[in-house]
Amino acid sequence: MEHIKTIKTRNLCESAKNGGCGECQTSCQSACKTSCGIANQQCESSKDRK
Amino acid sequence: MIHQYKLGGYNIVLDVCSGSVHVVDEVAYDMISLFEGSDRETVISAAAEKYAGREGITRRDLEECYDQVAALRDAGQLFTPDTFEPMAGSLKEKTAGVVKALCLHVAHTCNLNCAYCFASQGKYHGERAVMSFEVGKQALDFLIANSGTRRNLEVDFFGGEPLMNFQVVKDLVAYARSIEKEHHKNFRFTLTTNGLLIDDDVIDFANREMSNVVLSLDGRKEIHDRYRVDYAGNGSWERIVPKFQKLVAARGGKNYYMRGTFTHANPDFLQDIQQMLDLGFTELSMEPVVCAPGDPSALTEEDFPVVCQQYEKLAELMLRRDKEGRPFTFYHYMLDLSGGPCIYKRISGCGSGTEYMAVTPWGDLYPCHQFVGDEKFKLGNIWDGVTNTERRAEFAACNVYAHPECRDCWARLYCSGGCAANAYHATGAITGIYEYGCRLFRKRMECAIMVAAARALDAQYA
Repeated sequence: MEHIKTIKTRNLCESAKNGGCGECQTSCQSACKTSCGIANQQCESSKDRK
Repeated sequence: MIHQYKLGGYNIVLDVCSGSVHVVDEVAYDMISLFEGSDRETVISAAAEKYAGREGITRRDLEECYDQVAALRDAGQLFTPDTFEPMAGSLKEKTAGVVKALCLHVAHTCNLNCAYCFASQGKYHGERAVMSFEVGKQALDFLIANSGTRRNLEVDFFGGEPLMNFQVVKDLVAYARSIEKEHHKNFRFTLTTNGLLIDDDVIDFANREMSNVVLSLDGRKEIHDRYRVDYAGNGSWERIVPKFQKLVAARGGKNYYMRGTFTHANPDFLQDIQQMLDLGFTELSMEPVVCAPGDPSALTEEDFPVVCQQYEKLAELMLRRDKEGRPFTFYHYMLDLSGGPCIYKRISGCGSGTEYMAVTPWGDLYPCHQFVGDEKFKLGNIWDGVTNTERRAEFAACNVYAHPECRDCWARLYCSGGCAANAYHATGAITGIYEYGCRLFRKRMECAIMVAAARALDAQYA
């Protein structure tokens, strides 16, 4: 019996291996300007791959 | 560290450091909560006791469930330790001195007189002023000169109301476009406006040149007009909504956000989101007001459960409208679980004072728009660069591990330590936290992960 369904996610530990390119959008620059969030930003390099 | 919660009919388990998200049944949910620090037999026995007599759950089921949890642990998808701290700050060190985003305060003046404005009606506690073309041009030159190998440069035309200085905005964009290719850069512009001065010329320009347009609308007319009034005290809703509708209709699918602020006057902000949807807008952002404690517009402890319930109902509304083929976007729920930011982005902090700075109409540099007007945070100016290197170093060191409270918070890789300005205003230190904001953020992330998981389940397990 399957008790657990694992959602496809980016492995954060794996993402550590390539370093960060820093090209992604500055988090406060898009809409909020008052309440910082990081996780809703897009990865610029994965966007290029799409 | 894991975080587990129940929402929207889902039992969700987040493995904080790997980023894994699991949707589990009740048995697995309980077993995961018992798992750490106990051996196999203890966990299974405890579960067997709880589920004794429950039809359809055998000891064999419990053993299987335990083994599935253990397999995820062994695969690095549950109970993953935080090994990232030594990396904190490394991205910033690698790119020390690089600036890639500027918030250009082209107008320290406004044609609205909103009582809740963090920028004190656009004046930022100073004199009214507009940025000259020469200052703006120097700011763009400063950005290019300090952007190192970064290709994408972000410039936000901000105020006050930036359209009160529209000709300079247009001239600066033309200047940037004329030099970006030779410098191998790509400018991405954003315009944040209250809408009063939008006309066909603005619409044409914004839709041609702006990567993103942020349009300020608080939702229901009576809510919007409570704070967003002109200097004669007249509400602005009737005047701006048709302009926003025209701009968005002509935008051809390019990014925009209808951005509202909710306050103590409307903790039931879902009605305002519904109003935005009814007006035909689908890219939405609704932010909790940021103001001094005790301000009449400030959210209170009594508002907190109301706001949390609104976030939950918003998540339900999004999923319902997905199914109806009428999807919409809520800025804070835009989690891309499979393609979101890397760990460096998640631990480095927001970038204020380092890769991101605000420029005043006079060319002074501040760590971000929210510090403008607070002289002790002045970093330098666009001619001499950053001269207050001590202050810049303070911001460079402000990564997620610099906040003691974040170490035990499951959401730390979703906010990267939160807003430095909010932390400073709440505690007097940029390495503090704005606790009320953190609580709201965690609620938003629970809802956002639930929405993303529900969508992924439909796609992966349909």
